[in-house]
Amino acid sequence: MLWYTIRRLLQGLITVWFIATATFWAMHQVPGDPFVGEKAVSPEVEANLKARWGLDKPPLEQYWIFLTNMVQGDFGISFAQESRSVNDIILERFPVSAILGILAIVFAGLGGVLYGALTALYRNQWPDVIIILLVIIGISVPSFVFASVGQLVLVVINQLIGFTVLPVAGWGDISHMLVPALVLGLGTMAFLTRLMRSSMLEIVTADFIRTARSKGVPAAQVFSRHQLRNAVLPVITVLGPSVASITTGGFVVENIFGIPGLGQSFVLAVQQSDYGVIMGTTVFYGAFLVLMVIIVDLLYAWIDPRVRLE
Amino acid sequence: MLLFLLGQVNQCTGTRSSSVGAVHAATGTITLNLAQEPPQLDSTKATDQVSGMVLGHVMEGLLRYDANDNLVAGVAESWSLTDTEAHFTLKQGLMWSNGTPITAHDFVFAWRKAVDPTTASQYAFILFFIENAREITSSDMPVESLGVTAVDDHTLHVKLIEPTPFFLSLTAFPTYFPINQAFYESRDGGYGSNAEDLIYNGPFTISQWVHNANVRLEKNENYWNRDAVHLNAIDFAYILSDANAIINLFESGDIAQASLNVELIDRALRNHWDIRQHVDGSVFFIEINHREDRLTRNYNLRKALQYVDDPPELVNKVIKLPGNLPGKSIFPVWVQGVNGKFREEFPAKPIMTNHDKAREHYAMALEELGLDKITLVMLSGDNPSANKQSEYYQSKYAKVLGLELKLDRQIFKQRLQKMTDGDFDLVLAGWGPDYADALTFGDLFTSWNENNRGRYNNPEVDRQIDIAKNSSDPRTRMEAFARVQDILNEDVAILVNYERGSLYVIHDRLKNVARRSVGPDPDYAFAYIVDEES
Repeated sequence: MLWYTIRRLLQGLITVWFIATATFWAMHQVPGDPFVGEKAVSPEVEANLKARWGLDKPPLEQYWIFLTNMVQGDFGISFAQESRSVNDIILERFPVSAILGILAIVFAGLGGVLYGALTALYRNQWPDVIIILLVIIGISVPSFVFASVGQLVLVVINQLIGFTVLPVAGWGDISHMLVPALVLGLGTMAFLTRLMRSSMLEIVTADFIRTARSKGVPAAQVFSRHQLRNAVLPVITVLGPSVASITTGGFVVENIFGIPGLGQSFVLAVQQSDYGVIMGTTVFYGAFLVLMVIIVDLLYAWIDPRVRLE
Repeated sequence: MLLFLLGQVNQCTGTRSSSVGAVHAATGTITLNLAQEPPQLDSTKATDQVSGMVLGHVMEGLLRYDANDNLVAGVAESWSLTDTEAHFTLKQGLMWSNGTPITAHDFVFAWRKAVDPTTASQYAFILFFIENAREITSSDMPVESLGVTAVDDHTLHVKLIEPTPFFLSLTAFPTYFPINQAFYESRDGGYGSNAEDLIYNGPFTISQWVHNANVRLEKNENYWNRDAVHLNAIDFAYILSDANAIINLFESGDIAQASLNVELIDRALRNHWDIRQHVDGSVFFIEINHREDRLTRNYNLRKALQYVDDPPELVNKVIKLPGNLPGKSIFPVWVQGVNGKFREEFPAKPIMTNHDKAREHYAMALEELGLDKITLVMLSGDNPSANKQSEYYQSKYAKVLGLELKLDRQIFKQRLQKMTDGDFDLVLAGWGPDYADALTFGDLFTSWNENNRGRYNNPEVDRQIDIAKNSSDPRTRMEAFARVQDILNEDVAILVNYERGSLYVIHDRLKNVARRSVGPDPDYAFAYIVDEES
């Protein structure tokens, strides 16, 4: 188990290094740099700027400097928000995305398992049909549509009631988070519902379920102790990576609800060619995703010894 | 974990986004949205519209604009301007928000900082009317040689390199705002990055700045003209750029002002909102590449494009947002002339859409170039409005001339880089004024202007701009600009598309909000809330 853990961690490090390197070179291939602006700068000013940020050095040297700083956990200063360090920006924004993401995962996980189990239990009956219909909508409709619709619904509700029940946008306390988190989690919830359903159906016909039934275990107990517990395994597999993607990838939702999260900062950085923030957020996101996958793998290895032995 | 993160979030964001609503008469608070986070609020480096707007509320230059767009006294009490120099006498007893006196040295420090090559300010050029400013930015002279001196604490003396009749209006521009040296240095390179990293001398101070979440301004009790300031607080409680989300906030009564786009007009009409119009002062045009290796260097080809050009059609049938004016000249309608408006005194040539003539010139161009078909690349931004426009030109040129237009859509920085590199034949471009004088548009297509990205080069334009720059006589100057207006048209240097207007809705109880083409916009400094009954 220890050896397996070490091997997975090493693989993870190589993956992160690869992500950082690929992003670094791709970023420098894109036309334009952080200093291109609406008003042209004189060649002298441009030279001053490049010298100050080390962009006058050969690319290989820039890459080496970046790599040595990265190993020490330093991503430098933001180009767009001069005098603020990239680490500060990530530290300030990640908790926002994370709290929103965790709420979304809670919604998605609970909803997915519950609805998935329900559809399996009532297979081919009306609850199944309705939920599967909603699942198809949930999977195929992009989150910005849900976000806009959700916001409009809030406007109407607040107007009907006469005061602000839940704020339309903005950031501050739990009331600002509920609707965005729900919107953010809908896609994952729909996906998990389907996954849960098929995995439940597979298990219904399993030998151990038949054994349990024949031994006279009550139906409710068969469902909760044997079916649900076994069926939830594949859900855990996808939950890990979706934690990473949801906590960092809610750009659209963050943008529409005015939430100061990491996803928003990442997309903005790309638009502004803010090299420091691009590298910082990409490596951070990459490392986070890799870590989540490793954790899921380790959990799996722990639960199922066969994985370890392979 | 969840609780820990909740604690973190509360720590980061401080108090929650405002809930007092769009306007709150009892506390004198208005709530608004900011289109983006100000990157930083160091006035020597600020270039974007949002930073300029916020700075305009919390800082003040020697002069300022009042609610009716007149230049009035700011920090300065009196002034005089000649062709070679400017003198300012500062008001006595003015204080920064931390109680430090405001002196002429604060201006000297800020202006030197702005032209200092190590600051590398993108707006350094706006001080180039001052002696040695350009040389300092190019590292040819020391910063101390800048032609501005504090004769004493309350007297500022400026040496100009050329007659600059609009110099007083420049002093209202953010790059000319004062900065206190002792405070600046105490921030150790962090000046302007947080609310506590600034001191203020304008009508408001920043009491809270939660990055990317909200910015709250409160009345500055140290401001000399505080009696004219009616609002106690301006709460930019939201930082949102999504037009639909912003209008949702307006509809639910959370913010006092919102912009409209074409899709939102119906909703505004349905709700009987107070719709207003604002001309933001910028001109949009097709910039043509005049470099040696480009087909667009051919005069007949450019002439053909000019005869196809139909700005009213573009504005009314393609862009379709009321408020835009069909373009006729690089000088927009609001620019001042000798006595009245420049465009009334020196009317631009009428638009001359004529498809037959267009085809004649196109045939001549084909012959001169020895081609049987011409393919051009049009560079543009990648957003719904730019896409509509470039597609319009694509089909129009194909239909009328049989010319193939390839579209090269790029996001902001990439488009600008390609413009700078000259990697285009035509580009959808625009220009917003830096100061309230015809020169900000007039010198755009001189051979020495770095913003002349099509490298248009015409000695006569250069000569006329030299005449304008070396005179303070309004008639001489305006006649030179009128000549430039004609040359750009005759020579088809560019194709003017439209002057940008915008529509917005505003809360019916919020009054005296100034909108302007040059300077901080919108300006809430002297706004007030009226009671429900009135």
